[in-house]
Amino acid sequence: MKPHPNVADARGAVEFAPQVYWIGAMDPTLRTFDIILRTANGTSYNAYLVRGSDGVAIIDTVKENFSDEFFRRLESVADYSEIRVIVLNHLEPDHSGALPELMTRAPQAQLYISQRATSMLKGLLKPRGEAFSYRTVGTGDTVSIGDRTMRFLHTPFLHWPDTQCTYLVEEQILFSGDVFGCHFCDSRLFNDKAGDFRFSFDYYYAHIMRPFKQHVLNALDLIEPLPLQIIAPTHGPILRDRPERYVAHYRELSTSSLAGEISAHEKSLIIFYMSSYGNTARMAEAIYAGVEEIEGVRVSLYDLEGGEVEPFVDLIEEADALLFGSPTINGDAVKPVWDLLSSLAVVNLKGKLGAAFGSYGWTGEAVRMIEDRMRGLKMRVPVSGLRVKLIPSEEELQDCHAFGRDIAAILTGRRDPRPVLDLADLA
Amino acid sequence: MPKAKITFADIEQTVSVPVGTRVIEVSERVGSGIIYGCRECDCGTCIMHVEEGWNNLSEPSVLEERVLRDNMASRHDRLACQAQIIGDVTVKPA
Repeated sequence: MKPHPNVADARGAVEFAPQVYWIGAMDPTLRTFDIILRTANGTSYNAYLVRGSDGVAIIDTVKENFSDEFFRRLESVADYSEIRVIVLNHLEPDHSGALPELMTRAPQAQLYISQRATSMLKGLLKPRGEAFSYRTVGTGDTVSIGDRTMRFLHTPFLHWPDTQCTYLVEEQILFSGDVFGCHFCDSRLFNDKAGDFRFSFDYYYAHIMRPFKQHVLNALDLIEPLPLQIIAPTHGPILRDRPERYVAHYRELSTSSLAGEISAHEKSLIIFYMSSYGNTARMAEAIYAGVEEIEGVRVSLYDLEGGEVEPFVDLIEEADALLFGSPTINGDAVKPVWDLLSSLAVVNLKGKLGAAFGSYGWTGEAVRMIEDRMRGLKMRVPVSGLRVKLIPSEEELQDCHAFGRDIAAILTGRRDPRPVLDLADLA
Repeated sequence: MPKAKITFADIEQTVSVPVGTRVIEVSERVGSGIIYGCRECDCGTCIMHVEEGWNNLSEPSVLEERVLRDNMASRHDRLACQAQIIGDVTVKPA
């Protein structure tokens, strides 16, 4: 007899708390998830069933092509006519894929989703041309199935606008959606039995939750006060052994590490540059010297030629202002600058201050292109970029110096108000 | 012609404009970070947040309200390609 369940062999549901069952599916051959994520050993789509004295609740479903496995496990412990409640914590297709068929088989069931999930539900059901009735819920709302109560937590942007968590009060189980999940397929199902999934857990956080750190912290404020026996996420092992340490780990991952290095009233400004003949480098150094003159700014200078993208992304995440310097070669900014600027989907840049500069030989498009990219990333670009034709003169280096001072002054709120412009005077 | 002031908070720049001017006619000229896609009330790319003077913009049309709703815009968000400035207002990219 095996000491623990192996769901690859078991065709039915797996009970992991009294009358609480795992009814998900294993996808061991998946290697790329959602284009952006790699996984070395697949993933799982966890779905759950809770039986109460007055009916059954289903919490999340599976990816559509795994529906047969999901329904087979569901049918092993419940009849469709018993289902009173269906909760979707997150409507991404890997969790809502079996929903339309489930609603067809259990038409009496009431669907519960977050307020922000409504437009997504409509979008998902569009091809089927049908609509389901649903109720929207938020933090503190509850639904019961007799002796079992599910309480909802509004936890948006973890990692979609619609995401929520559901807490089974009597068993102290948090059905957390993608929060605390990972792409790690292990038929032993539980964190105290599965293989070493620490890398997968951190990798998943880094790619899925990291852009939404403030939302993670807001969610943790709701989750941390809860007594927790088990965390049941929608991917990866069920966390039944000391679940609170995963909550603590999320807080650690979401807390600024720069805060321990610079004082609370200092701002971090980073200058990244590439230079082919040393001209853009000289501009960068002059800007650096200008920034240095403003109190309250901690400035760092990095030549992209000497670094790699990933650690720079870590620096960018915590910086308050980012300056990019690039020469213009054949009408474009140089590739290392684009490599960095195209690797920032995992961090939140909204509202960071940005500026661009660079030396050029003929036309100097790079600066404007970098500015457009920064605006597209929702950064604010309050100062028009600085371009210098070929070798900067002493006067032009003074301009660079002033450019650095100006940006640092804006960053610290010390710049004098700009004069009001008249629309008629603008080109 | 009566004038009004629009302030772009992201670049801390105020511009005096004739009443009735659309935000799109101003924001790009001064380098605000509000970005545009279709420019005709369809795509929702130019959603901006109104920090002050919510009532000093023209009323949103039914179509604009639908685009805002479809793009899950927050309270006090508008489309910069549609909103006309009728009094002093402060906006920033959403």
